[in-house]
Amino acid sequence: MTDTSPALELRRVNKRFGPVHANKDISLSVDRGTIHGIIGENGAGKSTLMSIVYGFYEADSGEILVNGEACHIDNPQSSIAAGIGMVHQHFMLVDTFTVLENIVLGVEGGFRLTEGLATARHELERLEEEYALDVDVDAIVGELPVGLRQRVEILKALYRGAEILILDEPTGVLTPQEADHLFRILDTLREQGKTVILITHKLREIMAITDNVSVMRRGEMVAHVKTQDTNREQLAELMVGRSVLLQVEKQKAQPRETLVKVQNLSYLDGDGVPRLKNIDLELKAGEILGIAGVSGNGQSELLEVLGGIVPPSSGSIQYKGEELVKSKNFTARTLRKIGLGHVPEDRHRSGLILSFEANECTILGYQDSPEYNRGLRLDQSAMVKTCEQHIEKFDVRPPDPHLKASGFSGGNQQKLVLAREMEQNPDVLLVGQPTRGVDIGAIEFIHNQLIKMRDAGKAILVVSVEIDEVMSIADRIAVMFDGEIVGELDAEDATETKLGLMMAGIRETQKAEEAAV
Amino acid sequence: MAEKKPKFGTPPKIPGWVNYALVPLMNLLAALLISGVVIIIVGDNPIEALQVLVYGAFGYPEAIGYTLYYTTNFIFTGLAVAIAFHCGLFNIGAEGQAAIGGVGVALVCLYFDWMPTWLVIPLAMLAAAIFGAAWAYIPGYLQAKRGSHIVITTIMFNFIAASVMTYLLVEVLIDPNGQSPESRSFIESTWLPFFHSVIDMPRTPLNLSFIYALVLSGGFYFLIWHTRWGYEIRVVGQNETAAGYAGISPAKNIILAMMISGALAGFVGVNEIQGVQHRLILDFTGGYGFVGIAVALMGRNHPIGIFLAALLFGALYQGGSELAFEMKNINKEMVIVIQGLIILFSGALEHMFRPKIEAAYRRIAFPKPAEAR
Repeated sequence: MTDTSPALELRRVNKRFGPVHANKDISLSVDRGTIHGIIGENGAGKSTLMSIVYGFYEADSGEILVNGEACHIDNPQSSIAAGIGMVHQHFMLVDTFTVLENIVLGVEGGFRLTEGLATARHELERLEEEYALDVDVDAIVGELPVGLRQRVEILKALYRGAEILILDEPTGVLTPQEADHLFRILDTLREQGKTVILITHKLREIMAITDNVSVMRRGEMVAHVKTQDTNREQLAELMVGRSVLLQVEKQKAQPRETLVKVQNLSYLDGDGVPRLKNIDLELKAGEILGIAGVSGNGQSELLEVLGGIVPPSSGSIQYKGEELVKSKNFTARTLRKIGLGHVPEDRHRSGLILSFEANECTILGYQDSPEYNRGLRLDQSAMVKTCEQHIEKFDVRPPDPHLKASGFSGGNQQKLVLAREMEQNPDVLLVGQPTRGVDIGAIEFIHNQLIKMRDAGKAILVVSVEIDEVMSIADRIAVMFDGEIVGELDAEDATETKLGLMMAGIRETQKAEEAAV
Repeated sequence: MAEKKPKFGTPPKIPGWVNYALVPLMNLLAALLISGVVIIIVGDNPIEALQVLVYGAFGYPEAIGYTLYYTTNFIFTGLAVAIAFHCGLFNIGAEGQAAIGGVGVALVCLYFDWMPTWLVIPLAMLAAAIFGAAWAYIPGYLQAKRGSHIVITTIMFNFIAASVMTYLLVEVLIDPNGQSPESRSFIESTWLPFFHSVIDMPRTPLNLSFIYALVLSGGFYFLIWHTRWGYEIRVVGQNETAAGYAGISPAKNIILAMMISGALAGFVGVNEIQGVQHRLILDFTGGYGFVGIAVALMGRNHPIGIFLAALLFGALYQGGSELAFEMKNINKEMVIVIQGLIILFSGALEHMFRPKIEAAYRRIAFPKPAEAR
């Protein structure tokens, strides 16, 4: 072993899941003391690759070298022993334990817990100081904000002696400010000689922090470049294999009459926790209203209430001047009939029945429409025909109306749901996370469809946690935090900083006051 | 890893016959193999035993009549369990629903026997359906509106049904001239005609309810896969969140599916009480409701599968009694062991062979895995 050998090297790694070749001949070399980005669309094989490195899966063939030495990794223990640590997209922490207890979990050392904890506390204080990772070790994890929980995960990896730290989509749950803070931490880690591998599909992060980037596309490694020698457009092109427009081209909106007017809307969940607090919104024909916010701040509940799935606790929703709340029309079934379409946030949980064929999913929510019924009988040929039309118009692949919904990729599933709701030609369309887990090519298509609908004079509400998405397609942006709308602004005036502050719950007025002081 | 597995292509489709024929066949063979070992241990010849079993079930017209008579009961209970399955419910209560359905039949045949045959027969069938459905409605309601688990409540309702039956036959419906806990015999005009009274065949318990069971199987298929009600039941069974999103009420469909389930189970009473016994007796349900679970599982909740599985169990019931009679070391309990093994392999261990068989099929049918593109 020499000092010039890379911290981590992969040679011709292959992994198949049945007929799916998830990683094809992947070679990768990560230099010590660098931040190495791995970028690719969802389903490109990034996570599979890192799962191999971390020992969740074993590669079918290929070699893994750590510090120049071949290393057999077949479970996370051997990976930890080799000095590799991983911070998962979804944290693996026990919410009811303290930070300290979480960190020693699995490496308690010795029979008596107190001794282990004392040593751990000492070691942790050193680590926190060395890497400027400020966390109260006695805090209960469940009470910490997400950004801090992530730090606990990083500490956990470092405590186990990680020299190579893998972060899987670390910023998915963070506000821009928290993400910036994370990047500063990663910077410190790099300065201290640690190696960081950052998996992401966000180009901004790659450009902001990494030294080198590797691009994956459909299971293959398509490029290794130095970050300073590349740019967002080039990386995006490498990811999808062709040039894409990052900015949606659209005319200025021509908002007309108000179609949906929400006043003072509140919603308590089953446990009596307020999820929506006095929401006021107006949705006008011919415009897209974007709802931004970190996920879990009431956006899902807002969609559910507006979609008629759960009744609000109080407040009013008017549709074309008619009050919906407490009226007999206020059910998911009848709202569709009177012209409110709804693309749910989670296509797996709500939008599709994965075990159903595509054509059966085509009628979900519209199963009693005369279009699909002949007397007692469901008209299967009509279902298939409509599904075929959707498939053609939205370019769903594979074009098979009899394939089970689970057989389509995420983007194509999303297209099936969008097609179903859009082709009913509703006057108002509620869309949750229109492009979550969808690849760039499909994102562009979906955005264009939404704009087209807007231009046809429909009112569209888009809820998204992707700040770029909201900024690029919405005409007006409302930001939600903790069940409230903290502010609303025109898309033209929106900047990432402004939205980021609002997403963290800081109101415009507060800021103004602070500025005045 | 939270992120789902990448999908570049779709896995090749496994054709229906592998799922619906090959896998159950393998399960059956495995069960017979183990049964054979057990038969060797008790000191009989398994090949001979199998011959006796098959001959006893299908070897002569009378045997076939008996086999189909048992099959009828299993079709009813298999369909009953299956429709609940389609709604995501595990109805263990077909036994009790069948018993109560029988009460409905008996009440009509006892108290409305002044009506003409063409009226009293359908009325008794209707009563079986209504009584069975009402008995299943209560657990259905409790599940839908109160969240009481359907498995627990339906099991409890089996016990309650058994007690109700005993009470009725000891205290209320008992034949005043008889000693045993059973009602008086129905007059002949209320009987469901036997097959042997319609076509030329030996006397067997087989009656027209067999035809009815087949008709219901067709109706079941139509309801589940070709109507919006069946669609809604399946949506609720597969994904309640999606049902809520689509404006389909899970509660309504749970109650509906349970009531249809109870009605189907109640028809066991038509076959047994109206068709064969011609009086209400205790324990006429004889475990058909429980075996119905195995029938539905083995038949993959599809009417054709249910028919085949019901036929298998009908053959086991009929051939099994012949077996206990013919073979010196095999008694009735032994036959139950064999039935138990089949239920074990086709129900509980259903997924033991499936992955291997599917993998083997893929290897043979698609020698080279599709390349990711």
